[in-house]
Amino acid sequence: MDSALAVHRLHFAFTVTFHYLFPQLTMGLALLIVILKTAALRTGNERYQEAARFWARIFAINFAMGVVTGIPMEFQFGTNWARFSKDAGGVIGQTLAMEGVFSFFLESSFLGLFIYGEKRLSPLLHWLTAFLVFLGSWMSGYFIIATDAWMQHPAGYRLDTGGRILLDSFWGLVLNPWILWQYLHNMTGAVVTASVAMASIGAYYQLSGKFTDHARIFLRTGVIVGAIATLAMIFPTGDGQGRMVALNQPVTLAAMEGLFDTVEGAPIALIGQPDTDRMQLDNPLLVPNALSFLTYRRWGAEVKGLKDYARDLWPDNIPLLYYSYHIMVGLGTLLIALMLLSAWFLWRGRLERCKQLLWALLLALPFPYIATTAGWMTAELGRQPWLIYGVMRTAEGVSPRVSAANGLFTLLGFLGLYLVLGILFLFLVQREIDHGPVTGGAQ
Amino acid sequence: MIQIVWFCLVAIMIAGYVVLDGFDLGAGIIHLIVARNESERQQVLRSIGPVWDGNEVWLLAGGGTLYFAFPALYSAAFSGFYLALMIVLWLLILRGISIELRSHIDSALWKPFWDFIFGAASALLALLYGAALGNVVRGVPLDANGFFFLPLWTNLMPGRDAGLVDWYTLLVGAAAFAALTMHGCHWVILKTAGDLQGRSRTLAAKVWWAVLALTSILTLASFGLQSHLSAEFAAHPWGYVFPLLALLGLFGVRVYHSRGKELSAFLASCLYLVGMLTSAAFGVFPYVLPSNVSPEAGLTVDNASAAPYGLQIGLAWFIPGMLLATIYSVFVYRKLAGKVEA
Repeated sequence: MDSALAVHRLHFAFTVTFHYLFPQLTMGLALLIVILKTAALRTGNERYQEAARFWARIFAINFAMGVVTGIPMEFQFGTNWARFSKDAGGVIGQTLAMEGVFSFFLESSFLGLFIYGEKRLSPLLHWLTAFLVFLGSWMSGYFIIATDAWMQHPAGYRLDTGGRILLDSFWGLVLNPWILWQYLHNMTGAVVTASVAMASIGAYYQLSGKFTDHARIFLRTGVIVGAIATLAMIFPTGDGQGRMVALNQPVTLAAMEGLFDTVEGAPIALIGQPDTDRMQLDNPLLVPNALSFLTYRRWGAEVKGLKDYARDLWPDNIPLLYYSYHIMVGLGTLLIALMLLSAWFLWRGRLERCKQLLWALLLALPFPYIATTAGWMTAELGRQPWLIYGVMRTAEGVSPRVSAANGLFTLLGFLGLYLVLGILFLFLVQREIDHGPVTGGAQ
Repeated sequence: MIQIVWFCLVAIMIAGYVVLDGFDLGAGIIHLIVARNESERQQVLRSIGPVWDGNEVWLLAGGGTLYFAFPALYSAAFSGFYLALMIVLWLLILRGISIELRSHIDSALWKPFWDFIFGAASALLALLYGAALGNVVRGVPLDANGFFFLPLWTNLMPGRDAGLVDWYTLLVGAAAFAALTMHGCHWVILKTAGDLQGRSRTLAAKVWWAVLALTSILTLASFGLQSHLSAEFAAHPWGYVFPLLALLGLFGVRVYHSRGKELSAFLASCLYLVGMLTSAAFGVFPYVLPSNVSPEAGLTVDNASAAPYGLQIGLAWFIPGMLLATIYSVFVYRKLAGKVEA
């Protein structure tokens, strides 16, 4: 691998991975804040307003981090991936520009009012600002997923004689069939992150015996929404997304599953280590026929293995792809079990007193972040060796004049700066949690 | 034709960004000088707190517009100005968190630290934006594939071996710094009262002379250095309307300021910035990124733009989208109108 290519890939991978730690919470939290504000309006219970205000403060810190780490993402299309941008900018520039015009203006305008304007606005108007922030952030998700979906499954384009990629159908681009499941899967993932965070903080307060009125609201909201969202991650959204991959990127599916040989009645590997030299899965624990059923809805269907594809079509880091996928599914399954159990205890009215379960909810906080990151790694590593699937290879897209040394210089700069940001973020969020949902200090 | 429409729209987006984020950059530049105590610092921050983030969206939306309308320009300029843009990104990050984080901890160390970062990042950003504009007017060494890469500096001369920083781009940077300082002063005057406002008034009056001097030198230097400018203005004399707007704005700032008309002085400052930017855009046209090596290598509205279908369909969503965005902005600025509380 050319070292400039490796540096530019790592540059984008690192900055986007760090960036997405923040929007995944804010997009999900925007929905939960609307739910809390709605409950406050309907019941007139001041606790809901306090809960909403507390999460709005957490939201604001995350949003600021998301904004400052988001600007580099748009820039890097040009700085590090100039050949790709030159050829494909006429297509994906549409969705990126639409994100700015339709979502960011909406989101930023009303976030200012939502955070600073509660005293200046009527309760209903303040609710509306929260709703518009939610709408803006979810539209932003749509345009970004549409951009990624086009790279995963290009649609609505044609090639001109010079190799430039021209937009051919606007609706083909914004209604690309790949978008629907990926969008729903991703946004549901954001709701999982936010609801686990809410339940986790609720469990923390409950276990510490602080702010227990608010803790109950956090636990109830987090667990109910979380149970629905974690289930929806597997079905229908995960299933739908998986079938899109299976039908359109079959070699990616084989790599994700560590399936080397073409077989009828293909199994799913729960664990195992793919060995790409000897072309086998070591130490496998298999569920027979499951992959065939999930992919084609027939237990005995044939699924093609990696050996039946030319090696230059294989994703270039199969072990990492395989592990990313398995980590995502494994943690997703764990979160479903935890949320369903918590929902059962909540329904029986015993959640607040079950210390073991509260501890489990508290400690589950990192899992949705890891699962979401692993999910995105699965999508993007699975797209390799293509930058635009079937159209442009990743190696063809990098900036021709930016050397590995200059790329490494700025990558190191981002590593250092983001380390500082990460520490500041944790420090500030910890202070907000410590301060708690009651204005004017602890009870 | 449609390419020219998009050239104008991109210019409007960039002008929108400079006018809007310009005042909060300017507020950042001057706050260490004009705001002497905690209450005054807070007033400056409160005057931009709810809007700076929305103002920065103009950069993202403008960047996105540039990306899809002129992909060859976006990819050439962003990869060619690689080092400068990465520094811009780092400064934007530092500046953003300094605004958001300072109020979280009440400490004698925490707040002054972030105040310094806020001021320094704002000042450097103004300089870098100016230098970037200077690079576009001067031209860059585009290769046969339409790419280039500029070191940060070489011999500080704007010849064919020029780096990002030479005496000319430094001059544009200094002019941008002075202009945004003035712009920030008039924003703070508009939004505050008392001693803070008084000090901003004094500073605004002084900085005006610097803006006038730098604008004059810059104009002479630009016409001397980039022969295309004089040719373009000679060929289309109606284009003098743009420098005239800048001049009108600059003297408007003086006149309204001395009469104590705060809003008019601020708007005149906006007009000055728009006039300067549109003058540069008009003078460079039909180039969007000229070459400083051979004129035919330059990127123009024609050879850098996306295909006509995309540009036409883009108009269909861009115009209603930006109308909506304008409505939000007007709504927000009206809700937040008036002086911030002391």
